[in-house]
Amino acid sequence: MDTLNYINNGHGLASWLLTKDHKRIALLYLVSITFFFFLGGLFAFMIRLELLTPAGDVLTAENYNKMFTMHGVVMVFFFLIPSIPAVLGNFLIPIMIGAKDLAFPRLNLISWYIYVLGGIFTLVAALSGGVDTGWTFYTPYSTAAANSHVITAALGVFITGFSSILTGLNFIVTIHRMRAPGLTWFRLPLFVWAHYATSLVMILGTPVIAITVLLVAAERVLHMGIFDPALGGDPVLFQHLFWFYSHPAVYIMILPAMGVISEIVQAFARKNVFGYSFIAFSSLAIAIIGFLVWGHHIFVAGQSVYAGMLFSIISYIVAVPSAIKVFNWTATIYRGSISLDSPMLYAFGFLGLFTIGGLTGLFLAAMGLDIHMHDTYFVVAHFHYIMVGGAIMGYLGGLHYWWPKITGKLYSEPAAKLAAGLVFIGFNLTFFPQFLVGYLGMPRRYHMYPPEFQVFNVMSTLGATILSVGYLLPMFYFVHSIFRGKPSPADPWGAKGLEWEVPSPPPTENFAVTPIVTHGTHQYAPSKEVGVV
Amino acid sequence: MSGHHVSHHVAPKSLYYLIFALLMIGTAVTVIVAYFDLGAFNNVVMLTIACTKALLVVLYFMHVRWGTRLTWVVAASGFVWLLIMFGFTLSDYLTRGWVGGTLR
Repeated sequence: MDTLNYINNGHGLASWLLTKDHKRIALLYLVSITFFFFLGGLFAFMIRLELLTPAGDVLTAENYNKMFTMHGVVMVFFFLIPSIPAVLGNFLIPIMIGAKDLAFPRLNLISWYIYVLGGIFTLVAALSGGVDTGWTFYTPYSTAAANSHVITAALGVFITGFSSILTGLNFIVTIHRMRAPGLTWFRLPLFVWAHYATSLVMILGTPVIAITVLLVAAERVLHMGIFDPALGGDPVLFQHLFWFYSHPAVYIMILPAMGVISEIVQAFARKNVFGYSFIAFSSLAIAIIGFLVWGHHIFVAGQSVYAGMLFSIISYIVAVPSAIKVFNWTATIYRGSISLDSPMLYAFGFLGLFTIGGLTGLFLAAMGLDIHMHDTYFVVAHFHYIMVGGAIMGYLGGLHYWWPKITGKLYSEPAAKLAAGLVFIGFNLTFFPQFLVGYLGMPRRYHMYPPEFQVFNVMSTLGATILSVGYLLPMFYFVHSIFRGKPSPADPWGAKGLEWEVPSPPPTENFAVTPIVTHGTHQYAPSKEVGVV
Repeated sequence: MSGHHVSHHVAPKSLYYLIFALLMIGTAVTVIVAYFDLGAFNNVVMLTIACTKALLVVLYFMHVRWGTRLTWVVAASGFVWLLIMFGFTLSDYLTRGWVGGTLR
């Protein structure tokens, strides 16, 4: 006889679709986000297939434009931005702070429905012929010239933005108001700090993208002169407004991944994190300074040289808190008692790949170099190292780390290690050649290229094939574990934290009795604080 | 300090009517001023009226006036972020040509 937990407490579709349990809502997100991940992956597959040969032989130029646009829209707005917060954050934040649920459970459910509605708009846009503007919807092309379903896709982005805002609001209120007695700010898990910073960015930034894409729709339909110079508008203004959100959006993707890595590194090095408060505050610093750097996307778009210098310098500064985190994780691992379980493999992958992604970002923040590299594959490689090498590595690492908690089942560790290895090798084979071919001058967003670039593109497509196997494998062993996996104990990794003190899977109310916290939640070694007691 | 009762302040109805009247007067003044060409001051006057009205809505209709200090910080940070958006965007528009050369 199974004990009652959140999974078997209530049966039937309605008990899931009308649930107010943050854990069930997290699973709703997990299913829908996984769908969009593989949809976005399908578009990526078409791109890589086309680029296998220099000639444009698989897709027409128009269809190729639609493929990379929909790859970007789906991956950015419907996978990367919600991935860790909506799945892992939703599931874990209340448990990590000793609460029974988020502050606004109904709002949480509505957020998921809003996300699905936005997703439906995007699917309709994709199925009825697609969008070809690039995920950035740059004007005046998107408002005056593009002959595709711009408005439907823009509305999809507009709608799903509200899901993001409401999730952020829910997290902030929850973290402020619902911490267990004794769980002071500086005892919070770093995962929670990272999500707090992420939520700030979601709330302060997302309204701007929502209004901006609405203005694009307004200009397309009503011919209001906002961005189109032919109507008296200014296209650079669109780029300012777009990147005011979309650069911080990168931090919406990477900050939660950093939170995941902070947890994994401590658990698998069996050590208290090095420099807790530095990691906590660097999340806030990234969230704030991240809002001041957007101009580095438009160095060559007509922005003034003076503003360029300003944005360039601040872009260098935002690298500092990221570097603080990387050094602190490394110091945590140093002389730790390291076990190389699959979540830790993803964490190691994150450390290396995020560092490469971050450092190549500094190349692009230098105005002189950017003139050479702007709109080349160097940029494509750089942001995929951040978003795929960073954010998705963090997401997969977190999914492997907390899977036993979420499902109460253990997955096949050898299969998971194999997948982690394939992802690492496949990822690097896909994107490292793109640094080289971009530096040599291959521009992004064309379906043809000069034959001398073919060797790099063949490597890239081969890597993408390996990568896709690495991404498909977890689907099999995760699903297998649900039906055939061994039951997981409450704390399969020997990790610390409130989430490991409740049963796997947790009961609906998380805690029978609200815990009273007397020390930091990730105490792997006695601290001065404990010594005093 | 209201102690542990972070209760909802109940303002008298008359206050809401007063604020509503002020907002309507603001709208009327905006329309009237539109008939006069004040040169460079057109935008200054219009934006001053608009900002004052927005402030009244935030303070009274949205209850920030009686909110906790945390509420004040949250409300204020939204405006700070708006200033960041305007300020840094203007750092482009107002400085074109300050530094020679072009990045194209």
